[in-house]
Amino acid sequence: MSQYRVLPGPEHFLPPAAASMGIYLPNPGEAHINGVIVPEDKAYEEAAKQFLMAKVPTIFPGPLVLWAWNEKAAKKATAVRHLYNTLKECVQPGQKPMLIPMPDYRPKYPKINPEVEINPNHPNLTIWHNKIDCCMFIGVHCHQANLSLKIIRGGTSCYTIAMCAQAGHEDAMLSFRDASVEKIMKLADWVRKLKGTVQPRLTSAKSGASN
Amino acid sequence: MSKERIQISEALYDIMPSDYQDLVKNATYGKEDRGWKDIGNTKELIEQHSLCAGCPESMAFRYILASLPNPEDTVMVGSTGCTSLVFPMVAVHNIHSLFGNQNAIASGLKRALSVRFPGRVKDVVVLAGDGATVDIGLDMTLQAWFRQEKFTTICFDNELYANTGGQESGLMQKGFVAKMAPVGKLFDKVRLPEIARESGCHYVVNCTVSKPSLVEKVIRNAVHIAREIGPTYLQLYTPCILEIGKNSMEGLQEMRDSEKPTERFAYKEYISEPAKQLLAELAAKDKERKAAAKQLAGQA
Ligand SMILES: Cc1ncc(C[n+]2csc(CCOP(=O)(O)OP(=O)(O)O)c2C)c(N)n1
Ligand code: SF4
Ligand SMILES: [Mg+2]
Repeated sequence: MSQYRVLPGPEHFLPPAAASMGIYLPNPGEAHINGVIVPEDKAYEEAAKQFLMAKVPTIFPGPLVLWAWNEKAAKKATAVRHLYNTLKECVQPGQKPMLIPMPDYRPKYPKINPEVEINPNHPNLTIWHNKIDCCMFIGVHCHQANLSLKIIRGGTSCYTIAMCAQAGHEDAMLSFRDASVEKIMKLADWVRKLKGTVQPRLTSAKSGASN
Repeated sequence: MSKERIQISEALYDIMPSDYQDLVKNATYGKEDRGWKDIGNTKELIEQHSLCAGCPESMAFRYILASLPNPEDTVMVGSTGCTSLVFPMVAVHNIHSLFGNQNAIASGLKRALSVRFPGRVKDVVVLAGDGATVDIGLDMTLQAWFRQEKFTTICFDNELYANTGGQESGLMQKGFVAKMAPVGKLFDKVRLPEIARESGCHYVVNCTVSKPSLVEKVIRNAVHIAREIGPTYLQLYTPCILEIGKNSMEGLQEMRDSEKPTERFAYKEYISEPAKQLLAELAAKDKERKAAAKQLAGQA
């Protein structure tokens, strides 16, 4: 098994694709944390912990859930909203959950308004601007998610989670696979379950994304 | 796809940037008679652009995007150059290709779309500069026409390589001196419209973009003919005001001066026989539709 671990950066300007370092994807029923395959339940707990520890826990919904291109997408969007609302209810004063869309993939450099959107070609701008230290991608096509996750790992210290509808993302620090409404709701349940048991990183010197 | 499918998920509507909300509410996707007159009272499919102030390419983009008959089911293929600075702000699916490869990419794309969506209208429109179309990409341009690929090629002819600072292009006029072509062009402007005709294009127009109604007409014709019959080519004069030493208010006049009957952008059009027939059929249908609508309005 590979010794490489997918950890918060900044790794370096062009971090390697985790797959090229020997990290492989989970099978159904599994997830990965830092590149190590784990049972899915463990990943729910860890993702919920990371959200509750973060100063600015953020969900980045992508085009596949932002646009109601089919019924399932609209339902997933509702579940994403529910997760965000749950986060807001469960964090402590000083923590600031955010919900920032990635409406499409056009490279809008340098016009992006990092307060209202994130773009896969320069996701670091949104992360730096809002000091996001933990984020979850959902509804972003594979290639764009991988590109973004690598840029984030390269240039920021943000912890990345992928709620992936396909086979998962090696380039995230934690990745689910086969994302569904149920899985998003289950993550929200875990956040609620761990409410009050996790110490937020509010005062730590390492908090907040850095460049 | 149809306009019905361009909807934002309700649960996340409020977080969508306002330009997307506006596109869904006020853009003319799915509108039958969309055209340049929608500019100003509907949401345009171009958000902003990073071209030089007053660049005629920006006018051309606005008129073309307002006139595409089927924007929700159109994929545009661009190439490197000033035009490529605009595509990120365009709300029509688009692909940026390696410089010069645009007609090869469009050929594959058009074929793939017809396999993936049989029975559905999917238009492909190439939009590239003269350097991409006539010099570096000439092979791809011509081969697509020889093969009778069913898409439209639009060339924004600014008679030089603008984006890289003014090098000589095949479409530059003889004798023209540019910043990075100090000797002056030694041979004539390549006669691409004529070559297009001889290479099998069914509709060829050479004109400027000074008149939005004309741009609308030629775009609609070119897309409809490409959809049903075969390749079409539009060569549109979009002068690079920066490189010819004009200021931002002078682009329109430059186009008007260049489209006079004796000038190189005097309106020229070629329509093949099958294309003529198609246009006549479309005009007849349109007339019928308008008459029926008028009658309906009269009854109401
Ligand atoms: C393969 C390749 N060769 C060369 C270039 C450099 N290049 C970028 S833009 C450009 C000129 C574009 O000229 P044109 O197609 O006329 O477009 P304009 O900028 O004039 O609108 C060139 C040569 C490139 N990007 N890629
Ligand atoms: S360099 Fe010329 S063609 Fe390019 S944006 Fe400026 S004026 Fe337009
Ligand atoms: Mg040019």
